[in-house]
Amino acid sequence: MRWALSRKRGAPDGLWMKCPSCEAMVYRKVVEEGLHTCPECQFHFRISAAERVDHLLDADSFEPLFEELESIDPLGFKGKKSYKEKLKKAQEATGHREAALFGTGKIAGKQVVFGIIDPNFIMGSMGSVVGEKIARGAEHAYDHKLPLIIVSGSGGGARMEEGILSLFQMAKTSAAIKRLQDAGGIYIAVLTNATMGGSMASWAALGDITIAEPQALLGFAGPRVISQTVRQELPPGFQTSEFLVEHGFLDQICHRKELRQRLVSMLRYTCADMPVAEKPQQKRHTAKIAKTNKVQAGT
Amino acid sequence: MSGVDRLNVPEFERPIVELEMKIEGMRMDLATAIGERKASIETDISEFEKDLKKLMESVFGNLDPWDRVQLSRHPNRPLVTDYINVLIDDFQELKGDRAYKDDAAIVCGFGTFEGNKVMVMGHRKGRTLKERLECNFGCAHPEGYRKALRKMKLAEKLNLPIISFINTPGAYPGIEAEERGQSQAIAENIREMSGLRVPIITLTIGEGGSGGALGIGVGDRYLIMENAYYSVISPEGCAAILWHDAKKASDAARVLRLTPNDLIELGIMDEIVPEPFGGAHRDPRKAYEFVRQYLLKHLAELMAIPVEQLMDQRYKKLRGMGKYIEVAA
Repeated sequence: MRWALSRKRGAPDGLWMKCPSCEAMVYRKVVEEGLHTCPECQFHFRISAAERVDHLLDADSFEPLFEELESIDPLGFKGKKSYKEKLKKAQEATGHREAALFGTGKIAGKQVVFGIIDPNFIMGSMGSVVGEKIARGAEHAYDHKLPLIIVSGSGGGARMEEGILSLFQMAKTSAAIKRLQDAGGIYIAVLTNATMGGSMASWAALGDITIAEPQALLGFAGPRVISQTVRQELPPGFQTSEFLVEHGFLDQICHRKELRQRLVSMLRYTCADMPVAEKPQQKRHTAKIAKTNKVQAGT
Repeated sequence: MSGVDRLNVPEFERPIVELEMKIEGMRMDLATAIGERKASIETDISEFEKDLKKLMESVFGNLDPWDRVQLSRHPNRPLVTDYINVLIDDFQELKGDRAYKDDAAIVCGFGTFEGNKVMVMGHRKGRTLKERLECNFGCAHPEGYRKALRKMKLAEKLNLPIISFINTPGAYPGIEAEERGQSQAIAENIREMSGLRVPIITLTIGEGGSGGALGIGVGDRYLIMENAYYSVISPEGCAAILWHDAKKASDAARVLRLTPNDLIELGIMDEIVPEPFGGAHRDPRKAYEFVRQYLLKHLAELMAIPVEQLMDQRYKKLRGMGKYIEVAA
């Protein structure tokens, strides 16, 4: 099979659509221009891996890696549906073999190792293949002295259907990331809705820099499990990006429209071979006045 | 075992305990009996003991995965504190994460094991209700993991091997745990343990509950006791997801492949530490002795390996975990 980024997406066509978060009727074209975000409440819609590549990488720069990896059913797992059926369905729905897509690509000309954990594929959960791709991605970054960027939408955490093997992917991925980081390599984690459980408690939390999209659900235990355990209602905004940044677990929250530019800036500061930012013309004149206002409040 | 409710045991063990109690009662009768009555009681006891032997063989000889999960949680099962009391000399507990508080759900400290200075740690479940509440039933908060990491770094500095006893249903799923970064704490422990430059032995003595277990569970050797389990999710949680019925936990225990034999077959665990027949709680002294032997064997092996080689082996073992195929792209 020749590798190609699948463009499959579930959204029905129509001029208007309802935001699933604020329920406002919004013009589809405006949503799309906002890179699939709600113009009213800034809710970030789930997007495909192909769209993510389009948004963040230089055009036509993405070269996939490790596409030969395919999941098996190591436990012979049968719930209501067998794991094999689940995999097949996810493959058909997304056009991809697994939840993880890795490759090299360029951001403003800078070569990076770029990975996506696709929430559209079994909730982006991590089995052996996802873990292996993350580890190989980190090793590729180590071998070629490239920054590693992973955009995670891994609400499923460690994939139940691969049992203990999924759990220990937490250790495998973290070990590979440590080796990269110990050698001076840079790992930027971009967290999107949702990243939970075994993913959040390993590779997703280990970025040298961690940026999240707004209103993403990020945490260890699922909200339902927590509310059942503590027998109380969870506070509003619990386990969102905003909650995490407030408690000190994120560097920034960044709107999808600004994400590419934000990554460019981060790469400038983390990669010696990236040129410094050019000083914008107008800032030269206002520099003195703007001094006190330098740190942006909020996002 | 005074003060312990002897019938507070898993369902499948109850007939055995009942029979044992009956035999004990008869022995007490025997002490005061004379003549014919004494002879008759003696005959009865020997009959009952034969029955007991048969019953134990039929029950403990055919444990299914769910039975083992129940044994791993057995109220009388030896805990980390028992292993420390029996196997570790001059234990010096080291508390606190120096940031928020001391989490009793994880115990850490210096200890001497068979003449070797080591760092010991483990999930602490507690025996009495008071202790259990203090330890949050073995469910640690982020400060517990941060405490453990701090002590492990100290062990690295002092070149002390680490022995970690795993026994937790899972890291605590609570509001404050999330506020203080449960996932961050576990992730950092896992990452750092993968690179600590001292030998690490992990021994699962009871429940290996998911990320909460792994948070002090990365190392050079992965040992597990015969009636312990290790799983990505609790059987109850898995059953609730699969069949919306936590009562189907026994079915879930089967599909998850969480028993020691499964874990060895899947290439995760290295060796099973045997237990006395029927489980560690039935003869704790024997259990301690098995643990002593296995820990000593692995510790001696690991201490003989040069550190660079040790690091290399640890990384390779982790990198080899997982099962997949490679097909034409």
